Amino acid sequence: MTSAPLGRGRSAGAVARLRGLGPRRPPLALRLSGLAVAALMVVPLVYLVVRAWGGDSGSWELILRGRTVWLALRSAGLAAAVTAGAVALGVPLAWLTTRTDLPGRRAFAVAAALPLVIPSYIGAFAILSALGPRGMLQEMLEGPLGVERLPDISGFFGAWLALMLFTYPYVFLTVAAGIRGLDPSFEDAGRALGRSPWGVFRKITLPLLKPSIAAGGLLVALYTLHDFGAVSLMRFSVFTQAIYLQYRGSFDRTPAAILSLMLAALAVGVLVLEQSARGRARYYRSGSGSKKPLGRLELGRWKLPAVLFCSAVAGVALVLPLSVIGFWLLRGLAAGAPQVAWSAAGASVLVSAAGATVAVGAALPVALLAARHPGPGSVVTERLAYSGYALPGIVVALAFVFMTTSAVPWLYQSLPLVVLAYVVLFLPQAAEPLRAALLQVGPRIEEAGRALGRSRRTVFVRLVAPLAARGALAGAALVFLTAMKELPATLLLRPTGFETLATRVWTGATAGLYSNAAVPAALLIAISTVPLYLVARRVEAEAGGGRP
Amino acid sequence: MAGTLVLLTLAAAACDDGGSSGASGGGAEETLTIYSGREEEYVEGLFEDFENAEGIDLEVRYGDSAELAATLAEEGEASPADVFFSQDAGSLGAVAGAGLFAEIDEEVLGSIDERFRSPENLWVGTSGRARVAAYNTEALAAEDMPDSVLDFAEPEWEGRIGFPPTNSSFQAFVAALILLEGEDTATEFLEGLVANEPLLYEDNEATLRAVADGEVEVGLVNHYYLYEVAAEEGDIPVANHFFDGGDPGALVNAAGVGILATTDGPDVARRFVEYVTGEPGQTYFPEATHEYPVAEGFNAPEDLPPLDDIEAPEVDLSDLGGTLEPALELMAEVGLL
Repeated sequence: MTSAPLGRGRSAGAVARLRGLGPRRPPLALRLSGLAVAALMVVPLVYLVVRAWGGDSGSWELILRGRTVWLALRSAGLAAAVTAGAVALGVPLAWLTTRTDLPGRRAFAVAAALPLVIPSYIGAFAILSALGPRGMLQEMLEGPLGVERLPDISGFFGAWLALMLFTYPYVFLTVAAGIRGLDPSFEDAGRALGRSPWGVFRKITLPLLKPSIAAGGLLVALYTLHDFGAVSLMRFSVFTQAIYLQYRGSFDRTPAAILSLMLAALAVGVLVLEQSARGRARYYRSGSGSKKPLGRLELGRWKLPAVLFCSAVAGVALVLPLSVIGFWLLRGLAAGAPQVAWSAAGASVLVSAAGATVAVGAALPVALLAARHPGPGSVVTERLAYSGYALPGIVVALAFVFMTTSAVPWLYQSLPLVVLAYVVLFLPQAAEPLRAALLQVGPRIEEAGRALGRSRRTVFVRLVAPLAARGALAGAALVFLTAMKELPATLLLRPTGFETLATRVWTGATAGLYSNAAVPAALLIAISTVPLYLVARRVEAEAGGGRP
Repeated sequence: MAGTLVLLTLAAAACDDGGSSGASGGGAEETLTIYSGREEEYVEGLFEDFENAEGIDLEVRYGDSAELAATLAEEGEASPADVFFSQDAGSLGAVAGAGLFAEIDEEVLGSIDERFRSPENLWVGTSGRARVAAYNTEALAAEDMPDSVLDFAEPEWEGRIGFPPTNSSFQAFVAALILLEGEDTATEFLEGLVANEPLLYEDNEATLRAVADGEVEVGLVNHYYLYEVAAEEGDIPVANHFFDGGDPGALVNAAGVGILATTDGPDVARRFVEYVTGEPGQTYFPEATHEYPVAEGFNAPEDLPPLDDIEAPEVDLSDLGGTLEPALELMAEVGLL
């Protein structure tokens, strides 16, 4: 990026306008684009209200009975437990791989993010095959100890374990991005004041990372609320199950819509909690920000425990599901060479990359409004933008089926529609890292730029955008990885005959031919490592002090 | 920045790929759009035969039967679908109930067993599948098998049975049980079953493999999985047990098709239905999927008892869909879902 000629003077008015900064009215363009994004995000909610309205009193009775409330409580409890577990795994992993001399930290950084690409039903399946009553562990114990059957891990524990292991990367990635944005002078100050390394981490680093932790935690909590794959394999009844039972059992969309609206309300509750946890504190650098590299802590005698911890997480969250896929692959190869789904791989990359790009574009006004212009308008925009993420994919997909066939039929069953659905489903994944990054860019930088006579636009492009880019990149990677494995919306909204790796995995698995599912599943994971590697390399380069 | 550029480059590279595969289907041929809840693996052969024989281009959207039924309901008048091919009678009944199917000519339906078609001629079965108890022949002999599926709730079967509770065929069986014996008996049965600590599997095939491996002695599945697994694994020590005397455990369900009222090619749709319910379809399913033909005059797969010999319970398949909801709720209550 070259610098623009300085010195083109601005009127005194421009400077005068800068006085009295603080919570100011967002510029019109920002407000309009925020509105446009909110309009897109509101599609599922409008649909649900239309469907719920048509219901008779019987549907409402269903909602008010005890079991529904019970399921809502179970959903909330699971979301809280999974979020706590994901933070407990994600934060240490992010810190160890970016700020310490952990051996093999680059490989561990990739491995720590990789479980994100494993569809939760494959992950839950792998855990069950390994730890189930007659799983691999039982087989190992049967010989020496005569254990014929292990206690059933399905239920709350299994659902918690599977969801935690396959969602903690949301925390890991947002926190790793947050660490990259830290100003080392805070830590230097802490050390100069005689704090121990652990004290610096606890008293300075951790509080500064609060927005990133909250961002990742929010993604985990909302993911848990809308997940169906892991909870159904683990047979832990939650709210999404009630919604699915309505679609499958009664073929009646009204109760399903009412239940979905309740799930969206539950998500708003999570958002309110997150906001109060995030607080009104400021996290940005006070100065221009030091380019000094962040220091690396020597682990010393903690090196072995740290390596063991990282390996244990990688072992259960990554190696285990990969071995299950590998086992299917071998069985498939034994039965005759399965076809490699190259065109499906290309299609997956195409829609996922488009989804990631558009989602980051749509997330920008949402994140800017939230970070720069907090106020009732921004809050409403943000809540709307997050509602889609809390809804099961099938609900969002059916909303788009209804809305497009009745309003814009030419868009129905087209690739742009699949991309739009991804944006609605995954926008928070792009918005959260972006907002966390923007919160770390102090408004003074903008003020300085504008005081030098630059337009708001120039200031944004020249100053804010580069600093927010790491958040945008992390967000794009998250959306890309999640979109790669998305199934319900892809199945229902794709052009007829359009195949992605996820639909190929589904085709194989529903026919019970796991060996046929193995090739696309392996390809899906292999392709997903590319963006992860790029992100991880950036972490490494920046945290290590070198410029990329 | 670099990452975004890489993503965009990847997207551009993939564009060519996606574009060329998406551009097929042109030409002057007639086309028919099918929403198929039946797996690609089991029907693509038949679909290809139809395309070759009739010179009609099929556009097939695969999905889950229940989800496709919901999609059809949302699409309403604007549906691009001509035909719905469903895995089970429940989803067909739902689409019929929403008034989305056109009536099928009596001529086309004439040869189909009345058990396997809608009384209003709105949908028609294409193949039948029977519920069985598949047992491991090294652990059990035929005479060890109980008279009724309900006996598996007895304590003597503790730790010996397995089944896939999330599978729609198992759920249809529970719905039939409620219809035939009432909700109390069904509850008692499921509670007994759960008390026996069954091993639960994700689908029929996994259940059957577990029976073959001796992990469980008995699996509650559809009849044809035995042949499917045997085709992949060679000889396996498993046999199917068919219950007698109209036992709920011997339910015979059907996969089938219906023509959407909004189709713009009713004649082509009719030709398709004729094809799958006529000789080509009725010889394809017994051979390719080991399912029962549902039209008169076609033989069951050789190694299976004829359909007429199965003393299936008297259940109207059209009613089954309406009982699915209480069935699923019951299963959720006893902890099977």
